[in-house]
Amino acid sequence: MTVAAMERPPIFARQSSPEGVRLALSGDWTLIASHRLEEAAAGIIEAAKRDRMIIFDLAQVSQLDTAGAWLINRARHELARRDVAVALEHVRPEYSTLLEEAHYRAFEPPARPRFNLVFALLADLGESTVDALHEFYRGVSFLGEFVASMIYVAGRPERFRLTSLIAQIELIGFRSVPIIVLINVLVGGIVAQQGIFQLLKFGASSYTVSLIGILVLRELGVLLTSIMIAGRSGSAITAELGSMKMREEIDALLVMGLSPIEVLIAPRVLGLVISLPILTFIADMAALFGGMIVSWWYGGISPVAFASLLKEAIALHTFLVGIIKAPFMALVIGLIASMDGLATKGSAESLGRQVTSSVVKSIFMVIVMDGLFAVFFASIDY
Amino acid sequence: MTSPSTLANGAAQQRQNRDVVIAVRDLVVGFGDKTIMKGLDLDVFRGEVLGVVGGSGQGKSVLTRAILGLVPPRGGVIRIFGQDRDALAPADRRTLEQRWGVLFQNGALFSGLTVKQNIQMPMHETRELSRHLMDELAMLKLELVGLNPDAADKFPSELSGGMVKRAALARALALDPELVFLDEPTSGLDPISAAEFDELIGTLQQTLGLTVFMVTHDLDSLYSICDRVAALAEGRVIAAGPLETLLESDHPWLRAYFHGVRGGRLTAARIEHKDEEWKPAPTTP
Repeated sequence: MTVAAMERPPIFARQSSPEGVRLALSGDWTLIASHRLEEAAAGIIEAAKRDRMIIFDLAQVSQLDTAGAWLINRARHELARRDVAVALEHVRPEYSTLLEEAHYRAFEPPARPRFNLVFALLADLGESTVDALHEFYRGVSFLGEFVASMIYVAGRPERFRLTSLIAQIELIGFRSVPIIVLINVLVGGIVAQQGIFQLLKFGASSYTVSLIGILVLRELGVLLTSIMIAGRSGSAITAELGSMKMREEIDALLVMGLSPIEVLIAPRVLGLVISLPILTFIADMAALFGGMIVSWWYGGISPVAFASLLKEAIALHTFLVGIIKAPFMALVIGLIASMDGLATKGSAESLGRQVTSSVVKSIFMVIVMDGLFAVFFASIDY
Repeated sequence: MTSPSTLANGAAQQRQNRDVVIAVRDLVVGFGDKTIMKGLDLDVFRGEVLGVVGGSGQGKSVLTRAILGLVPPRGGVIRIFGQDRDALAPADRRTLEQRWGVLFQNGALFSGLTVKQNIQMPMHETRELSRHLMDELAMLKLELVGLNPDAADKFPSELSGGMVKRAALARALALDPELVFLDEPTSGLDPISAAEFDELIGTLQQTLGLTVFMVTHDLDSLYSICDRVAALAEGRVIAAGPLETLLESDHPWLRAYFHGVRGGRLTAARIEHKDEEWKPAPTTP
């Protein structure tokens, strides 16, 4: 027997006999018949609706399931509404349980709440605004909690978790080095290539070196590193804390009288604060190296010339502007990641949402912070 | 390899003239260098409720997953409805898979769909039915598993544990399967809900003429609804048969399972009420 073939489609035949009109149903009255089942059921009503009395003969029905039983019952109900009396005959015992179980009842669709587009839009806007403000408030309060707990630990250095901190520095800092070096070499090279190409029109291609030096050291190095770390380590921190929250590990810490901020969040945020300036320095060097290589090949500026032009173009503060920003970026990434991790609810979907939200928020905040720093440094003329 | 033969002769004869729905022969399943099933044989007959018991890590879930085709076997044959699934053409395989329904341990309801959409999913994907009929059938299934109609438009995250199991059972029954797999259907339910769920499975099995393959740890379920019980240990079925046969077995694991601290209490209580002839063997060897 092949399961694929539908051997006995649901059919019926109208027979007139002395006792009255009969509809002899036969075949498989099951869902396998798909739309043919529905058509057969509609056909029954059509065939019987002009009679006063009709008998459904189920003797030849080879298979019946709840869908078939439901449709037969619905047809009976429909005919009863048109004053056609229906009787069943030759119902097998197992079918009669099924027919009883699937007796006809009207399922009322639940009332849909009225929906007004303008109203919904306004409500949505209001809700997002309140949510954003609430989020900001939570962020500030979390920062406060973190600082308070840091001050507390500063008074009791023996409570500080050095091993955990070192592990986090390895995870966040050391293991990110290859990818940070790679993207920065590429970006340095791209900036150099475009600089040479565009400035050549003015015969000023040697200014490319100033362009690379200032752009990379002040902005690009720290920005690219922060964005990369927000995506790589921020998401990891949120996922880790979120899954701990889901499995009640955070609650377990709390009932032991331990502070999750001290045990879990401090090592991660401090790890970020220590790693990010180091990574930014590595990123700066990698981008300058990439720029130097491209300037040499593409613009004919030898490494020696590149170095002396660079020395003229930048000062120590150019480099420091970038590095000073790094710990602040780290703090923002770490706090957003931890906060979102702890805000995870019980489900896996919630964890996914929190990780996405953490990465989006921290990249956004990193760029906002960078803008604020640019305004700040410009106004103090640094 | 010794064949598991704790079956009473009567049962062995009875087996001759019954329709076998699942026949597992010499099944070998393993991961890496660990072999979990070492030549397992098992039959599931039409219209019965088979309870599968076994210690943790003995491969109850692996066996279920192997039968469902989620874990590739290393050897052996699994015949379902008389067909070797691995030898079927993809189209036939899909048709075969529409003849069974699975209730996963945690329900596995699609979280992005409402309960009603979950139940309609198999109908929607494999049958051409009008929306009206699909709505009616979904509501009918909800009622069959004892859920309120207002649960239809809820999302799985809004349901309690017991409701998730019921909704998942409704989805498993969406296409009116002949064979239903239940993976620990009563785990995580309170005793009252668990008893209700057992009763529900029993009723549905009778009404719809289902064959039920049920993995369970719940001794109450074994006593109340299982026609036969298969015990897994050491990578094979160490015993299969009516519960009474297993209770009499001398296998150390079975003795520990049914006559240990928890099982013993329940077994004794059941025996007192139900079966006067059978006496529990002394627990000390």
